[in-house]
Amino acid sequence: MASIGPTVLQLIPSATRVSARVHPLVIFNVCDCYVRRPDHAERVIGTLLGSILPDGTVDIRNCYAVPHNESLDQVALDIDYHHNMLSSHQKVNPKEAIVGWFSTGFEVTGSSALIHEFYSREASNPVHLTVDTEFKNGETTIKAFVAINLSLGDQHLAAQFQEVPLDLRMVEAEKVGFDVLKPTNVDKLPNDIEGMEALMGRLLALIDDVYKYVDDVVEDRVARDSKIGRFISDTIASLPKLSPHAFNKLVNDSLQDQLLLLYLSSITSTQLSVAEKLNTAAQIL
Amino acid sequence: MANTATRSFLQVAATEEATTPLRVVQIEGLVILKIIKHCKEFSPALVTGQLLGLDVGSVLEVTNCFPFPIREEDEEIEAEGANYQLEMMRCLREVNVDNNTVGWYQSTLFGSFQTVELIETFMNYQENIRRCVCIIYDPSRSNQGVLALKALKLSDSFMELYRSNNFTGEKLREKNLSWVDIFEEIPIKVSNSALVSAFMTELEADTPVTQCDYDRLQLSTSPFLERNVEFLIECMDDLSMEQQKFQFYYRNLSRQQAQQQAWLQKRRAENMARKNAGEEPLPEEDPSNPIFKPIPEPSRLDSFLITNQIANYCNQINGVAGQSFSRLYLMKALHEN
Repeated sequence: MASIGPTVLQLIPSATRVSARVHPLVIFNVCDCYVRRPDHAERVIGTLLGSILPDGTVDIRNCYAVPHNESLDQVALDIDYHHNMLSSHQKVNPKEAIVGWFSTGFEVTGSSALIHEFYSREASNPVHLTVDTEFKNGETTIKAFVAINLSLGDQHLAAQFQEVPLDLRMVEAEKVGFDVLKPTNVDKLPNDIEGMEALMGRLLALIDDVYKYVDDVVEDRVARDSKIGRFISDTIASLPKLSPHAFNKLVNDSLQDQLLLLYLSSITSTQLSVAEKLNTAAQIL
Repeated sequence: MANTATRSFLQVAATEEATTPLRVVQIEGLVILKIIKHCKEFSPALVTGQLLGLDVGSVLEVTNCFPFPIREEDEEIEAEGANYQLEMMRCLREVNVDNNTVGWYQSTLFGSFQTVELIETFMNYQENIRRCVCIIYDPSRSNQGVLALKALKLSDSFMELYRSNNFTGEKLREKNLSWVDIFEEIPIKVSNSALVSAFMTELEADTPVTQCDYDRLQLSTSPFLERNVEFLIECMDDLSMEQQKFQFYYRNLSRQQAQQQAWLQKRRAENMARKNAGEEPLPEEDPSNPIFKPIPEPSRLDSFLITNQIANYCNQINGVAGQSFSRLYLMKALHEN
């Protein structure tokens, strides 16, 4: 008779280390849903949409809130609503699929496990995102979790929520609009020249910082870090070495091109106003 | 004796509420992000979506939006589009989003959005909603480092003219309407809820390093300018075609006038002869004669729209050229150091 060795607590590790990437649109949407939640609800729950990139990262691109009812011992989620919204969203963007769900609030509660189970039936290995809207720690906490099943032999014990690294990134166009997105009130959208002005101011501040740092290092006020020093020298060396003559020629040529275009466009606008007068002039018959 | 300070109920009910003119469009950061994301994902295809919000006094608040799926040119799919819209509105209402349509947004390519379809869509919306606005987003320009978002509205005088479908030169002179007056641009204000603002401040630290949007410092603007000038040239071709139409019309009109005069002379001579012979004079008009048929004047709407587009392109070129100047001078200054 074979001896039955001690049963071991098996934790099935995830094959690859999953990490998640969240677009700021999702955070905005979650905050908006939280602000608009019905009066009796303590937190908001919703679905996360996105895709899984080839290297295993979960890219969360969009989300929508799902009405739910929560009491002490049970949770009810409006599944029809969830499916309706999913089909509507997929009509616009068929590539977006369910990758998980979000909830506002700090911890992962017992009811979260039930909801997570529901979502694991919809998508494989869903990601659970918690967005702490109450700032319990005095700062923002956005965490992502994946559930790992703990099983004892054949018996399924519990699901452990393991935290997963999260990356919040902004695409270029959104970065341009970032000035506009941060404060609570912006009076008007900056136009071309104002944007350039702000940008040049920032560049100047950057260069000043680097200058100050180098000064500090030279005068031994700050400990030297050879990596930073090498980086700075690399940056400065990457300026193309052109003779002043060639450089001036380059700049002047581009200036002339731009001036030409400006001239052309002013001619065109003048032509337009003349054409306008001609077209609506009274007919002399 | 009637007190002049108090008005009778009838009087108050009779005076119409003057609608305050729309001064500002207030958009939430969420809507901007959604529009950017949607337009960028499908660029270069053009996409549209619906704007939801509230109409408060002289401010039009836009608080949410949802995209429209790309529609095929098929009859049965039209109904599906309407269904999709109703479904989305119903679902959004359940989560307490403002259920009120205030307009629509669309993406554009290099600013070529002034078309007859735009005007027609405006008129359709205007039937149902008192105030609606159209937001135009240009993803190609945003790659240059400018947030190219514009809020447009048709001017009232233009709308009346369009309804009567009368675009002759006289009518336009009467109303003193030129191509500048078709679209009115409304300034945009952005507002964010305090919660969102707190999150953003934490997530993106205030250090200048992460904040620099280096796209603006790109020196190579030539592909963008090239496309712009290409479109400008095409539009000029269209404009010259329209002008030729007018020339043709004028020529025909003057030719017809000359023919009419000649015919009238002949008639008069005949009448003189008949009077001398003692017969009844013939009428001096003959509506059945084709030379008296009035030639319809071509509509000026197309030329107005094209003119608008050209003006837009010119403005864009000006803006980009201005930016390039600053960049080039910056380069020069850096190099000298």
